[in-house]
Amino acid sequence: MAETLKPGSGPLGYGTRLWLRSLFVAIFIALYAPIATLIAFSFNTAKRGVVWRGFTWDNYEKAWNNVALQEALLNSLTIAFIATIIATIIGAMAALFLWRFRFPFKPAYEGVMALPIVIPEICMGVSLLLFFIYTGMMGWSVGMPWPLNLINIIIAHVAFCFPFVAVVVRSRLVGFNRQFEEASKDLGASEWQTFWNVILPFMMPGLVAGALLAFTLSLDDFVITFFTSGPETVTFPVKVYSLVRRGVSPEINAASTVLIVITVIATIIAMKLQAPQKTGEG
Amino acid sequence: MDSWRGNLRVFWTLFTPGTFWLLIFFIIPLAWMFGISFSEKTSITETEFTGTLANYIRSFDAIYLQIIWKSIWISVLATVFCLLLAYPIAFGICFVPVRWKPLLLLLVILPFWINLLIRTYALIAVFRSQGYLNLVLGWVGLGPFEMLYNDGAVIMGLVYVYMPFMVLPLYATIERLDRSYLEASLDLGGSQFQTFWKVTLPLTMPGIITGIILVFIPCLGSFLTPDMLGGANAIMIGNVIERQFKSANDWPFGSALSFLLLYVTFAALALRAYLAARSTGADV
Repeated sequence: MAETLKPGSGPLGYGTRLWLRSLFVAIFIALYAPIATLIAFSFNTAKRGVVWRGFTWDNYEKAWNNVALQEALLNSLTIAFIATIIATIIGAMAALFLWRFRFPFKPAYEGVMALPIVIPEICMGVSLLLFFIYTGMMGWSVGMPWPLNLINIIIAHVAFCFPFVAVVVRSRLVGFNRQFEEASKDLGASEWQTFWNVILPFMMPGLVAGALLAFTLSLDDFVITFFTSGPETVTFPVKVYSLVRRGVSPEINAASTVLIVITVIATIIAMKLQAPQKTGEG
Repeated sequence: MDSWRGNLRVFWTLFTPGTFWLLIFFIIPLAWMFGISFSEKTSITETEFTGTLANYIRSFDAIYLQIIWKSIWISVLATVFCLLLAYPIAFGICFVPVRWKPLLLLLVILPFWINLLIRTYALIAVFRSQGYLNLVLGWVGLGPFEMLYNDGAVIMGLVYVYMPFMVLPLYATIERLDRSYLEASLDLGGSQFQTFWKVTLPLTMPGIITGIILVFIPCLGSFLTPDMLGGANAIMIGNVIERQFKSANDWPFGSALSFLLLYVTFAALALRAYLAARSTGADV
């Protein structure tokens, strides 16, 4: 009913109230000003301080030529890439499984599956650290050539990413009309053919959105990586952490800006892909 | 939905990978840590399971109890501020013209996807003593103030970082709210304030509870924010845990502290499940 009233005229037209609008503006400024200044000052010529001295790309060049940062970024991208592939496959299978089957103790199973999403990251990080140390995987991976020395981090990342993928893919599957599946089987298609030609194409947007989500989660993770990485394997966030401890510098701003751009692009694509599913759900 | 017996081959194929990963790399590590929390340290890298409660008892030493207490009230305050800021935001987004909603939601969620570390670093640059805020305050002749490395800085950092977690569940419940209830309340002579207090707030309580849990749990377990913004003055449980594994090398004690965090998490989740069950019961 409220929609039929002229905007702002009705008693429920809160969206146009001045106080609410000012609050919106204030909160969005508070949310974005620190990030905006971080990005802006990555182009600043001054080495220190907060005064704008002029525009330059130097900080990006310096960050780019910093071998340690390069290595950390390469590690992060490699981990994110491999972890995303594994997490997407496992997550999609878990989603299909939970969507399709009814089985005893299903609510409990779903609860356990959601645990990696809700428990404090530090608990998961230290438990994996202990696990890797006691099983000898930590010692084993340290001596391995790249990229095998990243395996612990990849395993840890898959463990916290795949439940997210499962949630995203499953919410996509909810909109699937199972009559298509029945039709496909009635017409003689095997279980696999039905999956490949009917279900998979429908799942695809959810799959891509889930994969992008896993990618950003993996690329951004600091806490779990901090605990599961060996002394030799440094990821981008872990490297930035050690740099930040030594002080603020425009080089870190430049490196951070690059990471922000990558994740923001991935997020926006993922959201675009997820958007239609909301209307499908009704 | 099919019964699991319907097609065993498909069932087991889909069941195995996720369950395997979850079991080996999540459940077993946690179970292992649970065992270690009842163990004794025998050398730098060795522990022996003795079933001792000493690690848990040690958590209640005055010094740790103080840190636990501090972690709790910092998290409570951060959660309250998040709620106070997020409610009007979520409420506002629900009532703006439809075409604005996706953009506003995106603006709320986007910082959540930006690296936690980078966001915290950005805050340091704003609030440090030679930071942007002190620069601006300097123009009007104030300051410079030392705004970092205290409890206030940690609370502010937590609010900044975890706000999206509060906005989203609130938005989801307020959006589903049947607006005719609000109209009815206003028509029947209730003021805007009465309508909010007696109709909107109770009806959106499930979203508020979800939001509180989603913010409180990560706040309580946070390690990076107090580490970077709190310095040596504002230590939380997460920092103590980190020390047991990174420098003090007391794994049994670190495990016990992690499990204390997990017990609180499980209690919060159980409380939410209970409240959810009770509220659906009331609706019927």
